[in-house]
Amino acid sequence: MRLLVRGGRVIDPASGRDAIGDVFIAEGKFAAADGSADRVIEAKGLVVAPGLIDLAARLREPGYEYKATLESEVEAAVAGGVTSLACMPDTDPPLDEPGLVDMLRRRAKALARVRVYPVGALTVKLQGERLTEMAELAVSGCVAFSQANAPIADTLVLWRALQYAATFGYSVWLRAEDPWLAKGGVAHDGEVATRLGLSAIPPFAETIALGTLLELVRATGTRLHVCRLSSAAAVEMIRAAKKEKLPVSCDVGIHHVHLSELDLGYFDSHCRLEPPLRSRRDREALSRALADGTIDCVVSDHTPVDEDQKQLPFAEAEPGATGLELLLPLVLKWGAERNLPLAKSLARVTVDAARVLGAASGRIEPGAPGDAIVFDPEAPFRVTPEALRSQGKNSPFLGYELAGRVRATIVAGNVVFEQK
Amino acid sequence: MQRNPQLNANGELQHLLSIEGLPREILLQILDTAESFVGVTERDIKKVPLLRGKSVFNLFFEPSTRTRTTFEIAAKRLSADVINLNIAASSQSKGESLLDTVANLSAMHADLFVVRHASSGAPYLIARHVKPHEHVINAGDGRHAHPTQGLLDLYTIRHYKKDFARLTVAVVGDILHSRVARSLIHGLTTLGTPEVRVISPQTLLPAGVESLGVHVFHDMREGLKGVDVIVMLRLQNERMTGALLPSAQEFFMNYGLTAEKLALARPDAIVMHPGPMNRGVEIDSSVADGPHSVILPQVTFGIAVRMAVMSIVAGN
Repeated sequence: MRLLVRGGRVIDPASGRDAIGDVFIAEGKFAAADGSADRVIEAKGLVVAPGLIDLAARLREPGYEYKATLESEVEAAVAGGVTSLACMPDTDPPLDEPGLVDMLRRRAKALARVRVYPVGALTVKLQGERLTEMAELAVSGCVAFSQANAPIADTLVLWRALQYAATFGYSVWLRAEDPWLAKGGVAHDGEVATRLGLSAIPPFAETIALGTLLELVRATGTRLHVCRLSSAAAVEMIRAAKKEKLPVSCDVGIHHVHLSELDLGYFDSHCRLEPPLRSRRDREALSRALADGTIDCVVSDHTPVDEDQKQLPFAEAEPGATGLELLLPLVLKWGAERNLPLAKSLARVTVDAARVLGAASGRIEPGAPGDAIVFDPEAPFRVTPEALRSQGKNSPFLGYELAGRVRATIVAGNVVFEQK
Repeated sequence: MQRNPQLNANGELQHLLSIEGLPREILLQILDTAESFVGVTERDIKKVPLLRGKSVFNLFFEPSTRTRTTFEIAAKRLSADVINLNIAASSQSKGESLLDTVANLSAMHADLFVVRHASSGAPYLIARHVKPHEHVINAGDGRHAHPTQGLLDLYTIRHYKKDFARLTVAVVGDILHSRVARSLIHGLTTLGTPEVRVISPQTLLPAGVESLGVHVFHDMREGLKGVDVIVMLRLQNERMTGALLPSAQEFFMNYGLTAEKLALARPDAIVMHPGPMNRGVEIDSSVADGPHSVILPQVTFGIAVRMAVMSIVAGN
């Protein structure tokens, strides 16, 4: 398949290119056009960019097929312009043995639509007690090791896990949250939780845990990716750690860039997220740090939850929001609010995410994997349950009018999604 | 922010979910209506036909005797049919969801749901799903709100002190876990009480409590100086030992109301307690039974206030 995407506004965040032109993909890779296309996509008036790379999505397989299936979520991913995604190990059973990872990769490969990068469990059953067989898991295709939202309460186990990962050069992706301070909490420890009478998680649950993680990185040299920052204070710690040249990167969930505790309104369970939405000041700090690069990338933290598990009192509702299809419009909205050029805002979901993932994709240059999207940045889009292809309809943005619709998604030169 | 779910399109009370966000006029309407019902509860025949033919379902997902009983009495005095459901022991334990339970009861033609639930916000969820002619009254949800208790506290204060405009009110004890405190504080500030104090150790205060419009005192003697109203809160047994407090005895030493501490308040100060009381933990018996105590009148007013709330929402 030799594909020509013709006459679009080509944006390549890696090189800063932003110009009208053609993009050619042959043998699954970007190449110089040679006039031999089998197929032409007309992109006049549209943006052509690298496919999005989402470092945190839950596909719910294995174990939670009633919430979502690989088919439904892969469809959501490509409709949202996501061509690569890292999936979290918090499945049932968790991704803690090679057989499970193999099966997941085979299933994903059979669908042949999106690149799935499994993130393996760092400890057996995510229980924070025994290390998984990381080398075996890496052989089966795990790109990093994580606990998803499960804690490692025992600091000795945490230290050993980081040491072991460092020995073989594996990246570890962890959230920073003190399990004791977070226990039972469902909201930011601030005015809103006080008014609504919700059990709260103080911001120092994050900074205390982050302090421990950074200290262990100093001791072990492990490559650490800190997932889902939530507070202004944690952003400052990351800024300092980067200045110190620690091997640390981090991400933020797209919801946390846009929403704060105030959006809980009258107990809106769609805003029940992990970590909790914090104050407006925290939100502003996250948004700013994502713009200045202190936060490397932004993720959907896609978590499909069935309606029954959201139609519950706030604290009992299952946490998480669907996000694969909203990632692009919400990144565009954030970029517009911060007056960023498209090349810069898109970098946080393309080339910057690829760097964390260690992938060659996320850029439009000859030889790079031929993953691209064609989208209309202005096309309006009303978020409704019917408009979402994901099995999870759980979004705080239901009813919102957003802009940015994907017209075509291309993975390795194959058109995996198209909408006129 | 969504429209206040308690009010209908005309700005009238559709559900009573929280005192927060209710306009002063509605609070006063409830207190004035309650006043007219106090007479009813003192008559030989204690019934008025305002809710005749209506069904009131007491949905208690959390055990309660006192609140449930006063709601039942209030509904009966309004001539409603009352059905008591102790859900903690029935369908929920069989795995039925909260909304399914409510939908089933709705199919039995309920007019009014009185809901108590251990989770903050549960009555909001129910209110979002009931039919337009059905009403929800929050009888206590988690730590969030207990609006009829707050209203009966306001009623009691107005009964003895007439006006809120010059009062200093102190709320003492476990503010962190108290829905009673939150409801009362919102009511007091809405009605223009110039000074509301909370007196509590740091471990029993929620973050940013000042944002509710209160002054924080850790020293009870300091906090009680010159106050007109003292509201003591119940300290739950499970909070008495552990990381929040070392012991009930030490709590009583610092935050228990004794005659000696009461003497620091104004000479005509009243002492309130939402009940049930822990004598010797938050309040000394001599004070609970003493001349400043209005704890039992609170219970009596509670019936009139609940009659007022039910008749107002059912009429809107």
